Amino acid sequence: MRHDHIINAKQLSRADIEEVLDRAAEIADDPAAFRQRHPGALLGLLFFEPSTRTKMSFSASIKRLGGDIVDMGPVEYSSVKKGESLADTIRVVEGYADALVLRHPMEGSAKMASEFVDVPLINGGDGAGQHPTQTLLDLYTIRENAGLDDLSIGIMGDLKYGRTVHSMAHALTNFDANQHFISPESLRLPRNVRYDLHEEGATIREHTELSTVLDSLDVLYVTRIQEERFPEESEYRKVAGEYRIDAATLEDARDDLTVLHPLPRVDEIDHDVDATSHAEYFQQAHNGVPVRMALLDLVLGGDSA
Amino acid sequence: MSDDQELRVSKIRSGTVIDHVNGGASMHVLSILGIKGGDGDTVSIVMNVPSDRLGKKDIVKVEDRELSQAEVDVLSLIAPAATINIIRDFEVIEKRRVARPEEVVGVLSCPNPQCITTEDEPVETRFEVLEDGVRCCYCDTIVREDVAELID
Ligand SMILES: [Zn+2]
Repeated sequence: MRHDHIINAKQLSRADIEEVLDRAAEIADDPAAFRQRHPGALLGLLFFEPSTRTKMSFSASIKRLGGDIVDMGPVEYSSVKKGESLADTIRVVEGYADALVLRHPMEGSAKMASEFVDVPLINGGDGAGQHPTQTLLDLYTIRENAGLDDLSIGIMGDLKYGRTVHSMAHALTNFDANQHFISPESLRLPRNVRYDLHEEGATIREHTELSTVLDSLDVLYVTRIQEERFPEESEYRKVAGEYRIDAATLEDARDDLTVLHPLPRVDEIDHDVDATSHAEYFQQAHNGVPVRMALLDLVLGGDSA
Repeated sequence: MSDDQELRVSKIRSGTVIDHVNGGASMHVLSILGIKGGDGDTVSIVMNVPSDRLGKKDIVKVEDRELSQAEVDVLSLIAPAATINIIRDFEVIEKRRVARPEEVVGVLSCPNPQCITTEDEPVETRFEVLEDGVRCCYCDTIVREDVAELID
């Protein structure tokens, strides 16, 4: 992997992605072989907004490689609360750890932070911007279930603010994928993402109804539509129901359709989907550990296993 | 013809004459140069005079000030046809054309309130110049219209 910092899915080439996914597959096959890959390595966790799962997933990953974490702790107890800049915080914490994970509510925060440090910095989500490690584990799950070439994928929900969607759309331009974006008009892909997809020559289609494409999909990636994105609750009520799926919805889908969701879900995937063969979202969450182990292994300088 | 128009404002002893500004855009030129009127700069503006090249053009004369290359680069975003004449002792000692830079640093502010560059961080704004707009290098926001309004 040629990048020290993992900031944006746009920076990842097909070869980079395959390198991470192949390493993750090796790890998933034989986790014991990696248990002492990085003894004593310290991963600094800087979470400026709560995200228990992403944090736990990174903690588990470094520990399973033989390393450990140093954790800034909740923001309300830290110097950040006293008004310290992110640039200062990151330069101090750089001295404590071999690699850093940053989760921050402002867009572009990971890029800015990476300019102040020499140790590898991984973007653990920056506002509505990017969430590249989520994308890598999503791609890993898609590859396991449907393969990444000749893929027809539907991405549904809040496409405007969903950072996992933006990262995924960029990453998929490396593969032979037909991307279908399904959302209410007001939550379409933002201009900058459409610009990049256009520049990459990606095949994309935008829809307002799932039923127009459902039967052609290999993968349906569902994200949550958040009520707070709408000025009026009634506006939200109007659209939310149309982007919710249940087992009955999926009767029109292909038998081998894989349904994914970055989790946590609220009610956009009914629990009756869990028992169907389509549901892969819990496996998707579990895949976070081998994928983040692979990424950490590569940024910490792991040679081929 | 152009000599005639030059005469609409007096010649200046030293400073910069920015000619061939798109008609009506001279106020944005002042913003780029950080001229607000309260700090004593002597500035003359001619607006919307006929121009063979532009239809209508503005001319801005700023006394006792020579523009930096960075300022000239940013001018290109709103006045791509501008010519810059640097004047000393009533003589044009240098003529420059503006060129579109690949990026502009520290001049525009990002319109996205969620962008890290809007916080009190020790970082300069950085925008990639696209064919028809600019794009924040931190949050990726694209601005096509009203680039001049982002000028600090
Ligand atoms: Zn920005």
